[in-house]
Amino acid sequence: MDAVSGAGEARGAGEARYDARGLVELDEVIPRISEIEGDHATLDAHDLTTRRINLELRWLLYEQGIRRVTVLNPGARHSLGAGILTRCEITFQGSLGYFACGIIDGPEVHITGRVGWSACENMMSGVVTIDGNAGSLMGAGLRGGDVVVKGQVGSRTGIVQKGGTIIVLGSAGSMTGFMMQRGRQILCGDVGPGLGDSMYEGTIYVAGKVSSLGIDCVPGELGDADTELIERKFRIHELGSPPAFEKFVCGKKLYNYDNLEPSERKLVL
Amino acid sequence: MCGIAGIIYKNGGGEHRIGRDITSMLQAMKHRGPDSSGFALYGQPTTDLVLRIKLADANTARDLDFADDLRRHRAEIEARLRAAGAHIHEIQDVNEHTLSVKLSYDGDLKRLADHVESVAGAEVLSAGHALEIIKDLGDAKTVAGGYDLDSYVGSHGIGHVRMATESDVDISNAHPYWAYPFSDVAVVHNGQLTNYHQWRRRLERSGHRFASECDSEIIAVYLAQKLQTGSTLEQAMRESLDDLDGVFTYICVSEDALGMAKDDLAAKPLVLYEGDDMVVLASEEMAIRAVLDHEIETYDPYEGTVMVWTR
Repeated sequence: MDAVSGAGEARGAGEARYDARGLVELDEVIPRISEIEGDHATLDAHDLTTRRINLELRWLLYEQGIRRVTVLNPGARHSLGAGILTRCEITFQGSLGYFACGIIDGPEVHITGRVGWSACENMMSGVVTIDGNAGSLMGAGLRGGDVVVKGQVGSRTGIVQKGGTIIVLGSAGSMTGFMMQRGRQILCGDVGPGLGDSMYEGTIYVAGKVSSLGIDCVPGELGDADTELIERKFRIHELGSPPAFEKFVCGKKLYNYDNLEPSERKLVL
Repeated sequence: MCGIAGIIYKNGGGEHRIGRDITSMLQAMKHRGPDSSGFALYGQPTTDLVLRIKLADANTARDLDFADDLRRHRAEIEARLRAAGAHIHEIQDVNEHTLSVKLSYDGDLKRLADHVESVAGAEVLSAGHALEIIKDLGDAKTVAGGYDLDSYVGSHGIGHVRMATESDVDISNAHPYWAYPFSDVAVVHNGQLTNYHQWRRRLERSGHRFASECDSEIIAVYLAQKLQTGSTLEQAMRESLDDLDGVFTYICVSEDALGMAKDDLAAKPLVLYEGDDMVVLASEEMAIRAVLDHEIETYDPYEGTVMVWTR
């Protein structure tokens, strides 16, 4: 496999053309090679470039009215399944690289392998289930929907998260929930140092050991609503019975937004 | 950005086509750095010492005297090697600006390297009984083609594709770095070191030379100094996590081991695959897939991790 130079690009529309540095794929070519059966399509991505895979996905979902797509041999390429803005089901049989399923709105995605850095970045709605591990920055700027990782995640999971739910069954790295602004994280394994550092709002549930809390992240009181939410999420995603969780929230000691500077106060009064 | 890659076979066999494999891994990460590519490859250890010497940079201005100068410098290097007490077995002109010299020498390696480097433009890229460093401008395929790496067999190796940020695009500033003057140790690095100047001054005062302005060279020389004072590779790498500041993930190789270290901020990626007989690691899984074309289980080591494997 040679994803960058596009060697072996025989099917669809011939060799992919690249810019002078060999980095940017120039042409917008839809391969149209998926096997379609009713509203289900199977795409073998083995010999396709990233751009062609994504164009094929759009062609299937937006123009052919397909609702379920299975992508074979994604080969850990970057940016696959990004920017899909319709309700559909996509299964990736294998691993994805960086920026997997970023800025999506609606799809239910199942990845049977792992994902690299920055998966589900700025996702608006839908569900992404990852059977393997995830790299750092998973769910960065997440705005809605559920992301379920069955393996471990890297550092800074859910950085500046603004909504939605992140569920991790394995362990999580350092600075998880950094600058989180809204939403929930349900972390079943151990968590690295600096949990919830500088978070504004939102809730982090941890079942494992926390190495250390970040600045202005404090333990919260676990109520019935929290337990109900966790149980509901575990039920929906068929994750078995949930372990016992501790809750962490923002201590709001860094909240200074409403405090006017003395000079400003004088002006207002 | 930069991309780093490494492979080690745990069963010790030295007949693996690591030249070809590292090339495919680096080529799959070309988008992480198209400026230069480099390889540190380990063949079967021999009693001879192999020196790879750069006579000029790939982008040195080719003036009218260029060819004459190279010839003169080459002869001078040969004479100085002999004067330092080395017994030369073979000199190979790898290309216009690179020499590979096989020799027997049982003296101080620093003295030998310094003798060579006192010739104008010369730099010892690597010295070792198994190690050879190959680095040049261009993507991995171009460099591997120019240096005939496809047929290179060995037990382990590392590679680097560079996106230059803090120093020039030339061979001296390309990775991997040899841990001058310690034989058979090399490093590739992805990241930035913020206490570079402190460490450079400190190491220069204790007699080490620096061939480039690149912060990554510090790691190689730092480890060399630790190894010289009796630390194991793993100890030295662990201590580097406290001693070096900045964001970094690096891979270090010695004659029989390969290790990775990731700083406390974990800001630079590394994906790891550990199979029964081999360990493959790279900045992106795509690179690992270039040599293992089937579904594999990989993970990202956490912050502050140091791991070492031996062949």
